[in-house]
Amino acid sequence: MPALDRKLFRDLLHLWGQGLAIALVVACGIAIFVAMQTNYQSLQLSQINYYDQYRFAQVFGQLKRAPESVVTQIQAIPGVAQVQTRVVVDVILDVPGRQEPVTGRLISIPEQQTPMLNELYIRQGRYIEPGASDEVLVSEVFANANHLQLGDRLGAVINGRWQSLHIVGIALSPEYVYEIRGSDIFPDNQRFGVLWMGRKALGTAFNLDGAFNDISLSLLPQTDTAEVIFRLDKLLEPYGALGAYDREDQISNRFLSDEIIQLRTHGTVIPAIFLGIGAFLLNIVLTRLIGTQRDQIAVLKAFGYSNWAIGEHFLKFVLAIVALGAVLGTLTGLWLGAALTKVYANFYHFPVLRYEVSPAMVTGAILISGGAAILGAFGAVRRAISLPPAEAMRPEPPAHFRQTLIERWGLQRWLSPVGRIILRNLERKPIQSMFSMLGISLAVALLVMGGFSQDAMQYLMDSQFHTVQRDDVTIVFNEPRPARTRDEVTHLPGVLYAEPFRVVAARLRFEHRSHKIGIMGIKPDTELRQLVDRHLKPVNLPLDGLLLSSKLADILGVQPGDRLTVEVLEGSRPTRTIPVAGLVDELIGVSAYMDLDALNRLMREGATISGAFLAVDEHQLDELYALLKRTPAVASVSLRKAMLQQFQQTIAQSQGVITTIQVVFACIIAFGVVYNAARIALSERGRELATLRIIGFSKAQVAVILLGEQAVLLIAAIPLGLVLGYGISALMSLLYNTELYRFPLVITRASYAFAVVVILIAGLLSGWLVRRQCDRLDLVAVLKTRE
Amino acid sequence: MFWNHHPNAKLSSGNAAASSVVFHVHGITKVYQMGEVEVQALRSIDLDLYEGELVVLLGPSGSGKSTLLNILGGLDIPSSGHFFFRNRDLTHATDAELTRFRRDCVGFIFQFYNLIPSLTARENVALVTELARYPMRPEQALDMVGLSDRLDHFPAQLSGGEQQRVAIARAIAKRPEVLLCDEPTGALDYQTGKLVLDALAQVNQELGTTTAIITHNAGISAMADRVVTMRSGEIIRIQVNEAKVSPEELEW
Repeated sequence: MPALDRKLFRDLLHLWGQGLAIALVVACGIAIFVAMQTNYQSLQLSQINYYDQYRFAQVFGQLKRAPESVVTQIQAIPGVAQVQTRVVVDVILDVPGRQEPVTGRLISIPEQQTPMLNELYIRQGRYIEPGASDEVLVSEVFANANHLQLGDRLGAVINGRWQSLHIVGIALSPEYVYEIRGSDIFPDNQRFGVLWMGRKALGTAFNLDGAFNDISLSLLPQTDTAEVIFRLDKLLEPYGALGAYDREDQISNRFLSDEIIQLRTHGTVIPAIFLGIGAFLLNIVLTRLIGTQRDQIAVLKAFGYSNWAIGEHFLKFVLAIVALGAVLGTLTGLWLGAALTKVYANFYHFPVLRYEVSPAMVTGAILISGGAAILGAFGAVRRAISLPPAEAMRPEPPAHFRQTLIERWGLQRWLSPVGRIILRNLERKPIQSMFSMLGISLAVALLVMGGFSQDAMQYLMDSQFHTVQRDDVTIVFNEPRPARTRDEVTHLPGVLYAEPFRVVAARLRFEHRSHKIGIMGIKPDTELRQLVDRHLKPVNLPLDGLLLSSKLADILGVQPGDRLTVEVLEGSRPTRTIPVAGLVDELIGVSAYMDLDALNRLMREGATISGAFLAVDEHQLDELYALLKRTPAVASVSLRKAMLQQFQQTIAQSQGVITTIQVVFACIIAFGVVYNAARIALSERGRELATLRIIGFSKAQVAVILLGEQAVLLIAAIPLGLVLGYGISALMSLLYNTELYRFPLVITRASYAFAVVVILIAGLLSGWLVRRQCDRLDLVAVLKTRE
Repeated sequence: MFWNHHPNAKLSSGNAAASSVVFHVHGITKVYQMGEVEVQALRSIDLDLYEGELVVLLGPSGSGKSTLLNILGGLDIPSSGHFFFRNRDLTHATDAELTRFRRDCVGFIFQFYNLIPSLTARENVALVTELARYPMRPEQALDMVGLSDRLDHFPAQLSGGEQQRVAIARAIAKRPEVLLCDEPTGALDYQTGKLVLDALAQVNQELGTTTAIITHNAGISAMADRVVTMRSGEIIRIQVNEAKVSPEELEW
């Protein structure tokens, strides 16, 4: 091994603490990069393959009832490749072992297994036998959540008749990768599931024999989707079409695609922050290391080592540290990535969600970290080699010190000599001080961001499930019912109170923008549904006009006072212009509210309702559930409490895992920055500190000088970090502003406090480590040699 | 003997004036910034150094000795004037040319030894032999300065005199044409200092290496062929030493 490499090796051993601290920071960045990017690729690849192999449709539509004969006309629309008509109905299921009613979505499949759009992947069991009217396939996630097995039986109210369904297969569909009811944002797989049943049995039961109420299309390449949708809507309008939409608006696909995009963004932004900090740490360490090796560089140059050889020497030093970081990071990243894939497999259901790692990804990670290292080292190495040897030979000229600002203000008498040393040092190297501060504040900011993710999610849940939704149970009827049904509901066992609502599918138009939505009509005095503004203050429902959620107003580009065109998509399909009366702020989905009576008037119908919000007596729940299960008029039941529980079990848990990782990584950064800054200060100023010890300073006093400077930086960095963290969180809150949900900018005091405490602990720990080294200063040895 | 293979190796003639000129320095000045202060380190220096001679540069601190030595060694460039090494004009040499010059021709010895603390004695020497064209083996160089039993010691495990002798071994291991020593005994006690000087004299004798020693210690000048005395950036006297003594006989 060449002698210079030996020096490199021993320098690395000597500086192992600092090297390791930097390697860990780099490892964090690489780990997140690898974990997220590999998952991004795995999910994207699985999505593309699945959609492709199982013929996921491109255009979807729901309608009331259309005869099969329409299909020929649909087929004739230019660009349409394949048409799949189906019967899709939501019914109440009785699942063995589950007290509460469960909503099942029955989807028709051909009696004979033939290739179709939205093809099923049969995991277990078999396809239905032709003519076996009680056979069903159930979705895998629903089967797992309810411990259903092949051969099990489920009870269902199908068109008013109690029927027992026989599970013959367990399947997955590209339509339900993310299996949720349209109105929810979190999956509740115990209480909502998809079942596939023979077309004949389903058609007969729901009076859709020779007819359909759901359509999917695949398109020829280079087809204008909007044009097809326009023609399809026109064609199906007489049949009660609710408006067709493309893949982008298909709910499962939408969640999945959003997740994939988010992964990509996350997997770029966060590693960039970490690697940036790593590069910056390398720069500090290397600059100062080169400072302490000034005379060694001079000797090497004096003996004829070229600039290139010396530059290479220090670059190797950096690359060795980063290589360690890259290896640690890649391994951790692969491990985290595999774990993350398991988390994703809980929510997104593919026939196979294989965790795939491309060699290009690993190479990429290593190149990126190497790049960050070289970037960080560049300036320092350049300074090292541009130092003329004769100058390097001389000790550094005494630094320019002057009275600090504070002293010039005449406050010096408040400062002890030690205090002045600390202050003057800080002021002498403002850029270095600023960078150290910035590094620490970035760590604080990361901790604040970790807190923000949790706080925002908690706030979202609180506001949605405590403030906005106050009912215990929401029931939806299979078709609009007369208002007096409310009285019947009120008399169900255990129901304390019921409030009716009406939901009407409509398209809202303003200028060239439009959006499809269910307008919800509620009573002005409704207590089980609270309309709130941004500050969770109640908003009154006007007697006329629409209340839009602010996200919907954004999408449509309207403000209160503007008049919207409302095209109702059901009943007599009236079109009216209605003013926007005000805005509400809801964090989940988008919504439009109207006074119930006004909505009934708009529909030119008598007092009609679609469902009811219920407040119930918990002691009589079982009785209520039992009855609801056998009520043919009820299509769906959702339970607020179950929803919250489900949320906490799944989303909160996986969110928790991700937040924990973020916090651990932030701690590593905090420690890496603080320890490095203090440790280098010790080697730079060993001589000065030893001199102070010799003239009679105690170990403690010397430590105060050394660590006091770091402490000042740390304390100054905290508020900066909190502000920075708030800023980045605000940015994230903006980025997470999708139609599905918004992340409110909520950071609790506890989160701020946590960030501060963690950073202080990191500071104290590294202070303690450096203090130990400082106490062991060899006074004589330090003074004997030149700096 | 081993040095006979070296193209530049020759036995010391003891007669400096008859030898060819190694360094030719004409009218050089050097001004540099030291913090906020501008220092006029050299004011118009003229000097020739001859092959195989041992020259002592004598003068108080701040007289410009080190600056002159740095320029001779290609560590620094003059602010004005001309500087030749064996008829090669190095006044305006590029950084790469100076690096080449130092690598091939010059051996340095410093007051504070400037050993790399993370390398052993042998490795410190190897650092230089790996670069050189006709180097000795590190062990051989260390043997010449009497350190064959300290090969694997780190600088921190060696006394000051031993460290300086490692530095000498490091400087001579590549068989340089010139050896430039900046206060080589400055940090050493009397006895050890003499040991180190003895090693230098021996190298000068045996390898015929042109040697320049900087010192502010007039006692050392007795071992030189010529003594150049400097003050305030100027040469005030050049003396040829008729009765050169061996380092053991020096007194200060």
